[in-house]
Amino acid sequence: MPFKIIVTVKQVPDTQQITGQAMKPDGTVNREALPAIVNPEDLNALEEAIKIKIKYGAHITVISMGPPKATETLKECYYRGADDVILISDSAFAGADTLATSFTLKCAVDKIGKYDLIFCGRQAIDGDTAQVGPQLAEKLKINQLTFVCQIMDITEGPKNHITVKRSTENGYEILKSALPVLLTITNSANKPRSASVKRLLAFKNMVFRKENAPFEETGLHPKYLPASEHFKIWGLESLGADKSLCGLNGSPTRVKKIKDVVLTTAGTKQIAGTEEGISNLIRELKAEHIIG
Amino acid sequence: MSSKNNILVFAEVNNGKIACVSIELISKASRLASQLNVDVTAVAVGHNIKDKLVSLGNYGCKQVYYIEDKRLAHFTALPYGKIIAQVIKKYKPQIVLFGATTTGRSVAPRVASELKCGLTADCTDLQIGSHKIMDKVYDNILMQIRPAFGGNIIATIVSPESSPSMATVREGVMIICPPDKSRSAEIIPEVYKLEDSDFLTEVMEVVNEEKKVDLKSTNIIVSAGMGAANPESLSLVKELAHTLGGQLGCSRAIVDSGILHKDHQVGQTGTTVRPKLYIACGISGQIQHRAGMSESKRIIAINSDPHAPIFNIAHYGIVGDLNEIIPKMIKAYKGELKWQC
Repeated sequence: MPFKIIVTVKQVPDTQQITGQAMKPDGTVNREALPAIVNPEDLNALEEAIKIKIKYGAHITVISMGPPKATETLKECYYRGADDVILISDSAFAGADTLATSFTLKCAVDKIGKYDLIFCGRQAIDGDTAQVGPQLAEKLKINQLTFVCQIMDITEGPKNHITVKRSTENGYEILKSALPVLLTITNSANKPRSASVKRLLAFKNMVFRKENAPFEETGLHPKYLPASEHFKIWGLESLGADKSLCGLNGSPTRVKKIKDVVLTTAGTKQIAGTEEGISNLIRELKAEHIIG
Repeated sequence: MSSKNNILVFAEVNNGKIACVSIELISKASRLASQLNVDVTAVAVGHNIKDKLVSLGNYGCKQVYYIEDKRLAHFTALPYGKIIAQVIKKYKPQIVLFGATTTGRSVAPRVASELKCGLTADCTDLQIGSHKIMDKVYDNILMQIRPAFGGNIIATIVSPESSPSMATVREGVMIICPPDKSRSAEIIPEVYKLEDSDFLTEVMEVVNEEKKVDLKSTNIIVSAGMGAANPESLSLVKELAHTLGGQLGCSRAIVDSGILHKDHQVGQTGTTVRPKLYIACGISGQIQHRAGMSESKRIIAINSDPHAPIFNIAHYGIVGDLNEIIPKMIKAYKGELKWQC
């Protein structure tokens, strides 16, 4: 019996590339101004799903909430080995904090139906909150295994369970849980594989199909038709979600203020790299009881 | 039951010991509570923990609610989350704080989801302030301050209509207030009906690996960056750390390259430190690194690139080859000791 796996991914601005003026006046992110990448640890999550697929057989559905541009992220997941990809996109979902995001994702998971495992990246590099995974698990009323750095064992059958290694500050734990369960995966779990060139070439022109939209609207070249059902877009209506619990409406937190970080001291004393300069420095530090 | 909407801190107990971050949070909560004219309370979950909790009073905690059960000896998210949520529903605190540990960051989101309240992750500062939305002013609410976007921005987050406001707080940033032995906390047992369905995670094994380095408790840290990644330079950096009686730190790049263990990493994704002396050797000073050490009392930067951003926050800058400079420092320090005798 192959496993049914859902992987949640997020398109994130590459925070290593931020120069400073990446925020809009309202305190939200101007994502358009930044190079967009698949959140790195979400690729570690997808990789774990693919490893299970190869070893035991699995059907992998990747979901992502975001603007239409996030289809890029989903395509990349498809090229790497996902079976279905679904973009969760609607103007009603905009401005969501982690609570509203987990609610919307919960509605999407409910719509997908049966699943054994949900894989999330531990955290996204734009917010670093690590909250959506556990919140999604709570909304689905299922168990969670967070900070997973290794999947050690998974057994099939009616009494199936998964055994994982979870990193902690003090070392690690070996934990076992029945399925279904949600796991958040850290970057030490694996090295994600690259996209399959074959899949990339075959599907690079894929167009996402809005639910219920007639075929003509997908703009899909007929030769790609058989695969089109694997690329979907779900909005508020297709999820049947309560609008007041989505997006900014469903978010208890508000960004009050954003400040660019400028770390400077009052002044740097230049010390000559000579024996004399360094001796004087050491003497000064000793006099101030900093060392010695 | 208290009539005031107090501050509640999750007191994390690991291996029979209260986590440092919980003491830090109670200290910080005491300062916030005096501004709000409320009390600090705590909730603890575990097995055989009662005796450990009295000391929380020394840091300003008035009441500690606790639940003990053999099955709660080790953290798992489901029962811990349900118990904490129940305590919050019962006592209605206005603020709930968790350490941003692997435990806090796993359980707090579940609690926030169950209670449908706001949660801010990994805060580095907390203040009391007011916030205005349209014409409505919210006074005396929690300002949750945290870095985002890889440390490039600092965001202030509020949850004005959320009851309670919840936050996880980074370890090592809140200052512990001096313990006052004359103050003690009232220890109050709570009842929670645990069911088998709360225990879906089986803890097979818990392995505590002794940390080889403890960057948080040392006065002196000598850190290596990619400019000191080669074996000769690295051994010089180690020697300087040893000579000064300090610990060896490093940048993220050094850990990512597999040169040193993550325990040595200083910075946003590593350890936040504030030693008396921080010596950055061959560290360019990416914002993530600077955010984790900028509060050091004295910073010496050694770098061959005069434009390296690390110099912006260094008190002393030495431009040059660390392979020449570090031996001079070791010599000067040892010479100084001789001179002292």
